[in-house]
Amino acid sequence: MTALTTPSEAPGAASAPADERLARTHPLVRLLRRPEMGALVAALAIFVYFSVATSAFLSPAGAATWLYSASLFGIMAVAVAMLMIGGEFDLSAGAMTGTTGLLVGAFTTQWGMNLWLAMLLALLIALSVGAFNGFLVVRTGIPSFIVTLGTFFILQGLNLAGTKLVTGQVAIQGMTLVPGFDAGKVIFGSTIPVAGVNLKVSVFWWLGITAVASWILLRTRYGNWIFAIGGQLQSAVQTGVPVKRTRIGLFMGTAAAGWLVGMLSLFDVATVQATTGIGQEFIYIICAVVGGCLLTGGYGSAIGAALGALIYGMILQGIVFAQWDNNWLKAFLGGMLLLAVLVNLSVRRQAGVRA
Amino acid sequence: MSAGVAAPILEVRGVGKVYGSVIALSGVSTSVGAGEVLCVLGDNGAGKSTLLKILAGVHPHSSGELLLDGRPEHFTGPRQALDAGIATVYQDLAIVALMPVWRNFFLGAELSAGFGPFSRLRVAEMRAITLEELGRMGIDLRDVDQPIGTLSGGERQSVAIARAIYFGARVVILDEPTSALGVKQAGVVLRYVAQARDHGLGVVFVTHNPHHAYPVGDRFLVLNRGASLGEFDKDGIKIDELTRLMAGGAELDSLARELERG
Repeated sequence: MTALTTPSEAPGAASAPADERLARTHPLVRLLRRPEMGALVAALAIFVYFSVATSAFLSPAGAATWLYSASLFGIMAVAVAMLMIGGEFDLSAGAMTGTTGLLVGAFTTQWGMNLWLAMLLALLIALSVGAFNGFLVVRTGIPSFIVTLGTFFILQGLNLAGTKLVTGQVAIQGMTLVPGFDAGKVIFGSTIPVAGVNLKVSVFWWLGITAVASWILLRTRYGNWIFAIGGQLQSAVQTGVPVKRTRIGLFMGTAAAGWLVGMLSLFDVATVQATTGIGQEFIYIICAVVGGCLLTGGYGSAIGAALGALIYGMILQGIVFAQWDNNWLKAFLGGMLLLAVLVNLSVRRQAGVRA
Repeated sequence: MSAGVAAPILEVRGVGKVYGSVIALSGVSTSVGAGEVLCVLGDNGAGKSTLLKILAGVHPHSSGELLLDGRPEHFTGPRQALDAGIATVYQDLAIVALMPVWRNFFLGAELSAGFGPFSRLRVAEMRAITLEELGRMGIDLRDVDQPIGTLSGGERQSVAIARAIYFGARVVILDEPTSALGVKQAGVVLRYVAQARDHGLGVVFVTHNPHHAYPVGDRFLVLNRGASLGEFDKDGIKIDELTRLMAGGAELDSLARELERG
């Protein structure tokens, strides 16, 4: 037994090479390595640029506009980021914002259901669709990209066909006449003045959701499990993490976020288009990636995703204020995405992860 | 060297495993007690992994019996084996490369305070424990927040072993812990095996390298093609005999002669 392990050298043997080979990391360098740092720098640059280049951007009305835009994308991006850290995608997240709004609209305006009951029912339906997505992925091992692409098309079809069937039109209107609408508007559609800026209440929902998601990811057991499942599923299984439950929960999380955003837009404008949310599922993913999430899972942050959405909101409205052609937005977005992916790649390399 | 005749913690009697129509293991009996190192040796495809999976609760056995503290037991999953104090350090170490060392250390068994949905991780405590436990194994990490993927192979192995020991394991199963390591790193890991044994743990050391097994092992179970070729005490077998047995004895002799001539 003593042949290979002389007691005098063994303890030093493990630690000495580590000290020689690893350069000491400066606290500032470590701060820069946080997943959301790239997005923070980009957000500041974009903010400064549009503030200087346009007069409307920093005006109270202007700021309220891009913050509102960012808040709706931000709530979804944060939920999608949590799911992506867990190693999955949800392409049905965008259509879900439409489905939930349309359900509440149809239940109340067409069938006279109580508003709060209709909202609860829509939430339950959203959660079951999320659970269905999760269950299929966990049970069959089919990539979530495929499963949720399926649910995305189902929801898109149901939204359009269902709305036409029930109302004869492609939108639901007349929500203001529903009893209780004003009370609902206080929670989901009101405006709160802060320092001269009339902020939509959705901005506060966005901040709250980001804070809760950060807390879950960094300070609870679920957070640890989400990172582990997305980083190395097999290791999570071997260490006894309740893998199935956690993954299904994440899909239910994006569905619930879809419901929240559905309610926020419903009470803001009192109408719902049947096409609401369609085409936005990739924007949520892009916001999350720009915010530092790895497409392959296991790495990212909620604050980063929120910053990604802030960037998107600022560019979306900034381009309007600067009176550029709207189509530049897409080109810009693509460039940001590629840049972010390249930055994220170096993160993996540094941690010695095989691609 | 031998830890005397401690009552076995984990024992299998005539255990076997069938996957579909493939008999992966049949009629294997062995045991491990406190402060004892059982080496499971065999070439590729000998059934080492299958035996390991039965002991670790990953796949239930299909014949024979498994005894925990003398009582028959039928594990239905890894969590059950873990709760019974049987920890397995897998070849891939069950670590998540991108996660900090301390999060890996406590993965699946995180310390938290508060209750229900409002419980939070006891981060400072977990960091301190990780640092202390690794220090005890002679790994002096400056920063337990660095991703575990940045550590060397030997260090990762040590973190995995330290984790198994810390979480109250009574039996640690090591799956080929030295196969991917250099000579010096392998030496470090073997030292941890000896340390674990001295702490009173039962160690099951699965390897195909008799040179790594012999110095630390008390008993040697040699498997070949899913069956046992016998179990030997250290006094009862020499290292070259062990090597011969593993490689199919006569076959190795003829290979040696053939190579010498060439």
